Amino acid sequence: MTATKLEKLVPRVVFATPFRLFAIYISLFCAAVAATFIYVTVSMQGFLNGEAETAVHAEYEALAAHYREGGLASLAANISEHSASSSGTLYLLTDSDGRRLAGNLDNVAAPLWNSEGAAQFAYRKREDGRVSERQALGFVARFPGGLHLIVARDIENQETLKRLLRRAFLLGYAFIVVIGIAGGVMVSRSILRRVDAASNTARAIMQGNLAQRIPVTGRKDEFERLALSLNTMLDRIQDLMTGLKDVSDNIAHDLKTPLHRLRTRAERALQSSRSPENLADALGSVIEEADTLIQTFDALLSIARLEAGSRSESFGPLNVCSLTRDVAELYEPAAEERGLSLQLSCAGDVMMCGERHLIGQALANLLDNAIKYAGPLAEAQVREGGAPLAVNVSFEDKGDTVDIVVADRGQGIPQIDRERVLHRFVRLQPSRSIPGSGLGLSLVAAVARLHGGSISLEDNEPGLKVRLSLKKNLPPRGTMTSAQLEPVPSHVD
Amino acid sequence: MRVLIVEDDRTAADFLAKALGEAGYQTEIAGDGEAGFELAATQSFGVLIVDRMLPKLDGLTLVERLRARGDRTPVLILSALGAVDDRVKGLRAGGDDYLPKPYSLVELVARVEALTRRGPSEGAVTTYTVGDLVLDRLSHKVSRGGETILLQPREYRLLEYLMRHAGQVVTRTMLLENVWDYHFDPQTNVIDVHISRLRGKIDKGQDKPLLETVRGAGYMIRNDRH
Repeated sequence: MTATKLEKLVPRVVFATPFRLFAIYISLFCAAVAATFIYVTVSMQGFLNGEAETAVHAEYEALAAHYREGGLASLAANISEHSASSSGTLYLLTDSDGRRLAGNLDNVAAPLWNSEGAAQFAYRKREDGRVSERQALGFVARFPGGLHLIVARDIENQETLKRLLRRAFLLGYAFIVVIGIAGGVMVSRSILRRVDAASNTARAIMQGNLAQRIPVTGRKDEFERLALSLNTMLDRIQDLMTGLKDVSDNIAHDLKTPLHRLRTRAERALQSSRSPENLADALGSVIEEADTLIQTFDALLSIARLEAGSRSESFGPLNVCSLTRDVAELYEPAAEERGLSLQLSCAGDVMMCGERHLIGQALANLLDNAIKYAGPLAEAQVREGGAPLAVNVSFEDKGDTVDIVVADRGQGIPQIDRERVLHRFVRLQPSRSIPGSGLGLSLVAAVARLHGGSISLEDNEPGLKVRLSLKKNLPPRGTMTSAQLEPVPSHVD
Repeated sequence: MRVLIVEDDRTAADFLAKALGEAGYQTEIAGDGEAGFELAATQSFGVLIVDRMLPKLDGLTLVERLRARGDRTPVLILSALGAVDDRVKGLRAGGDDYLPKPYSLVELVARVEALTRRGPSEGAVTTYTVGDLVLDRLSHKVSRGGETILLQPREYRLLEYLMRHAGQVVTRTMLLENVWDYHFDPQTNVIDVHISRLRGKIDKGQDKPLLETVRGAGYMIRNDRH
C-alpha cells in the first residue's frame, strides 16, 4: 500500500461508523474504569486514615492521662520512652515558644503548630543519615502552660500505594486507548473494504454494467448474507431487464407482423376488390386480425402486470379442485369434438389462497394447449376408428403446495425446448401452423410465480405433462383485508 | 329509449352513437365527467355508458355520485383497464357491467340491450316461455311442446340466460361472464361447442329452430316465431 493511499485511508477510517462506535465504547469504558478507580482510592484512603486517626487519638488519650496524673515530667518521660521504640508513631512536645521538650519529630511548620485537632502534614525523617520528606497524619493538642503536643502516624506507605495505583490506572488507560484506536481502525478498515466493494458494484451497475456482482468471501457472516441477497436481487433485476428487452424485441416482431398483415389486407381490399361481397370479406378478416392482435396485447399486459408481482385485491380462499372441475367442464365438449377425452381425478376439496380468475385462466390455457396440440393426433386416431386420446387432469396435494397436473398424449415437447417454450412468444416449429400467440405458457408461468409456485414440463411418455405447482397459503401481503375479500357481485343479472 | 354516452374521445363516441342509433336508441353525448353528471342528474336515461377515464370528473366518481343520489339507472362502464381488479372496482363503484376497450360495437350494443331489458321484477319471474319452449325456474324443468328435455346443470343455466334475454343478441363473452363467471379469454371458441350441444337438445327434430347463431356477434333465442 502506498503512502498516499494510506493517507487517504486513515482519515476515512476515522469517520467510519465502526470506528465511531469503538470510540464511544472506549470512552464509556474509560469513564467506568475512572469511576471504579476513584471509588477504590477514596474508600481505601478513608479506611486507612480512619485507622491511623483512631490509633493517634488513643495514643493522645494515654499521654493526656499521664499528664493529668504526673504533670509535665511524666508526660515528657513517657514521650521520650515511646519515641525511642520504633512503633512508627511520631511525637513532638514543645513549650509555648516552640522549643522541643521531647519527641522524635523535628519542628514543624507554624500553621500546623498553631492549629488544633486532626491534620495531615509533611515531615522530614532522618534515617541512616538520609533525610526524606514523608507524609504523616496527626493530632495537635494544647496543654495548660502553652504546651503543644503533636501525636502523628507516618502514612507515607499509603501515599506510595495511592501513587502506584494511580500510575497503574493511567497506564491501563493509555493501553486501552491505544488498543481501542488500533482495533477500531482495523475493524473499520475491514468493514469499509466490504462496504466499498458493495458500493463499487452499485456504481458499476449504475454505469450500465448490469452483470457486476458484489464479491463474496465465503465467510458465513452477515456481510456475506447481505451480499448474497443483494446479488440474488441483482440477478432478478437483470432477468427482468433481459426479459424486458426480449419483450420489446418480440413485440417488435410479433406485433408488427400481424399489423403488417392487417395493413396489407386493408390496402389490397381498397385497391382491387370493388364488389361489396369482397370488401365485406376483406373487412371481416381485418377485424379478425385486429381481434387476434388485441388478444395478444391483452395477454402481454396480463403477463407484465403479473410479473410486476402486484397481488390483486381479489386474492382469496378458493377450492382449486372445484375450480378445475369448472374449467374442465367448460372445455370438455371442445375436447370431445377433437377426439380427446378429458379425465379429471380429484378426490375431495383442496383449499388454497389465490386469484380465481388467474388460476382459471392458467388452467384454461393448459387445457387449450392440450386440445390444440394433442387434438390433431387424436382426431386422426378417432377417424381411423381408434379410441379417443385421454387428457388427464390430476392433483397432487403436497401439504404446503398443490400440483395440478395436465397430461396429454400428443406429440410432447423435446427436453431441449421445455425451458425455452415458457418464454414469451416462443413457438415451436411444428406448431407454427396452429393459431396462437406463444404467450399461453408464459402467462401460466407468470400466474404460478404470483402464487409462489412454478410450472414444469415433463415427459408423459408419450405426450406432455405440465405440472402447475401453487403455494396454498401465501403469507398476506399489502393491504389485503377481510373486507376486501368479500365476494363482489360479478353477474349482470 | 335514451342512452347517455359519457366519453371524451369524440370519434369513439360518434361511432357508439351511430351503432346505438341503428339499434333503435336515442343517444346523448357528454364530453367530460361533469357534463355527464349534469345530464345524468337532470334528465332521464335508460342506460348510461361511462368511460372510466374522463376529464374533470372520472367515471367511477361519476357513478358513485349518481348512486349516492339514489339514481339506479343501469350503468355500463368502459375502460382501457381490463384486469379483474379494475372490473371489480368498476362494479363496486356502482356499475352494472364493465366492458374493457377495445370492444366490438356488436358486443357493446348487446350489453346495452341486456341492461335495458332487465326488469326490476325479474327475480319474481318463475317461468320463461319462448314459443313452445318452457323453462320452469322453480323445478328447473325444461320442456318443448310438452316433452321434457333433460339438461345438464350448465346447459340449464345457459338456456336460462338465453331465454331471459330472448330476442336479444347474447355474445360469447356475455355467456362466459354470466353463465360461467369467468372473466378471461378462453382462447378457443369453447362456448360454441356448448351451444351446439344445447341446440342438439332443444332444437333437434323441430321444424322451428329457436336457438340462432348471429353471425359475427353471438347467439339469440328468437321470441317472435310462433
